[in-house]
Amino acid sequence: MDRAAVDARIRELIEPFNKKGITITEDTSFANDLEFDSLTVMDFVAEIEDAFDIIISMNQQAEIERYGQLVDAVHKMQAAS
Amino acid sequence: MQDNAPVSRESDGKDLFSKFDPIIKMREDLLSSGVEDPFNLVMEQVLSPTRAICNGRETILLGTYNYMGMTFDPDVVDAGKQALSDFGTGTTGSRVLNGTYQGHKDVEDALKEFYAMDHAMVFSTGYQANLGIISTIAGKGDYIVLDIDSHASIYDGCKMGDAEIVPFKHNDIEAMEKRLKRIPEGAGILVVLEGVYSMLGDVAPLKEMVAIAKRHGAMVLVDEAHSMGFIGENGRGVVEAQGVIDEVDFIIGTFSKSVGTVGGFCVSNHPKFEIMRLVCRPYTFTASLPPSVVATAATSIRKLMHGSDKRAHLWENSKRLHAGLKALGFKLGTETAESAIIAVIMPDLGQGAAMWEALLKEGLYVNLARPPATPGNMTLLRCSLCAEHTTEEVKTILDIFEAAGKKVGII
Ligand SMILES: Cc1ncc(COP(=O)(O)O)c(C=O)c1O
Repeated sequence: MDRAAVDARIRELIEPFNKKGITITEDTSFANDLEFDSLTVMDFVAEIEDAFDIIISMNQQAEIERYGQLVDAVHKMQAAS
Repeated sequence: MQDNAPVSRESDGKDLFSKFDPIIKMREDLLSSGVEDPFNLVMEQVLSPTRAICNGRETILLGTYNYMGMTFDPDVVDAGKQALSDFGTGTTGSRVLNGTYQGHKDVEDALKEFYAMDHAMVFSTGYQANLGIISTIAGKGDYIVLDIDSHASIYDGCKMGDAEIVPFKHNDIEAMEKRLKRIPEGAGILVVLEGVYSMLGDVAPLKEMVAIAKRHGAMVLVDEAHSMGFIGENGRGVVEAQGVIDEVDFIIGTFSKSVGTVGGFCVSNHPKFEIMRLVCRPYTFTASLPPSVVATAATSIRKLMHGSDKRAHLWENSKRLHAGLKALGFKLGTETAESAIIAVIMPDLGQGAAMWEALLKEGLYVNLARPPATPGNMTLLRCSLCAEHTTEEVKTILDIFEAAGKKVGII
């Protein structure tokens, strides 16, 4: 899957979690713009892990603050697996 | 301008404490509603495992995790007094230097007998047992797979080590297995579970989870802090009750609940387990428990082996309280009584604190748990029963809940 395809799939998955319907860009922050709390993060991460059959450990999650970083990380992981 | 004038950071009012402003505000908001501070209660006198004087009132204790009521057991108290006079007030040293007394060996022997296991290692607290064992055995390149609702000491142990941390949805067997399947071939895996989860008092499906973990080549650690002495035929915990004690690699426990004092431990049958004493920093770089504490713990543990009558009465108490609260219309953490913890779910923090205060004024102490420490950010009144609560007391407790619940308007 190329980066654009990963991006498109994650956009679908994030939809139900984007409660305020904000426009998501590469720079959108999960904590500040999307206002994800720890429970939402857990559910959202589980969706992505299942969709791409990968693990995003808490160590990796700590490095991901913005949407673009998530797409990069998932793109890299699913290419490797 | 004076050269030596201190740099003022006053202008923007920010310093290292600014990050705590949200929690300071949450606390101020709560106290400004006029309730007694739930996190500042002082027990002026303790009369028994189930009674204390709090704020001048005699109070029934229903939130102390003193499950087996060993804190005032005459044999246990005597053992402590004797050790205090024979060995002094403290060891002033680490377990690996001058801090291992005969009593430390004796309490480790008592644990080996209690669990019928080859090795036992005693730490200064249960928190340190989790911190030490988890951070030491799972290293760089290894994976720790754990339940998302794990205790803070488990998370802190994960954070202190270098392994990859992979949480899964609470008690979800399938979610756990999916994650195990995705771990790269050849990586070391530690699965961390709890027997009883202390927030809602629910029990883990250990039989299934341990089998799956083993199928994926993982080592398994189970924290049995809230089941020791009570669950399982010999009080060895949920691992015993569900028949998987021989499959798990490590059991972590504490002396601060059923045993009735303070301290923590890990028991194991692993042939190389003793090396932990040299490589586990939270074991090495802290002072050992005082002689009186290990003496009370050893005596208490040996008495717990023969506590089947008390266990039966505690189950009865737990079931009676659960059924009674349910009948009164409270929302509870579990459908039936699964442990000695009954969690009453409150609509929000404000009403939870009001209910907590109303109970206290009627002479009942329970444990208030609030976000973010709680699953689903719920506010809970956690009730933990004691084998020393009488059937009459459980009835009184239910009456107090009814009166307070009506006063606050929750039922
Ligand atoms: C599940 C669990 N593990 C570990 C601990 C820590 O025990 P201790 O009080 O001995 O530090 C506790 C209790 O606080 C607990 O609930």
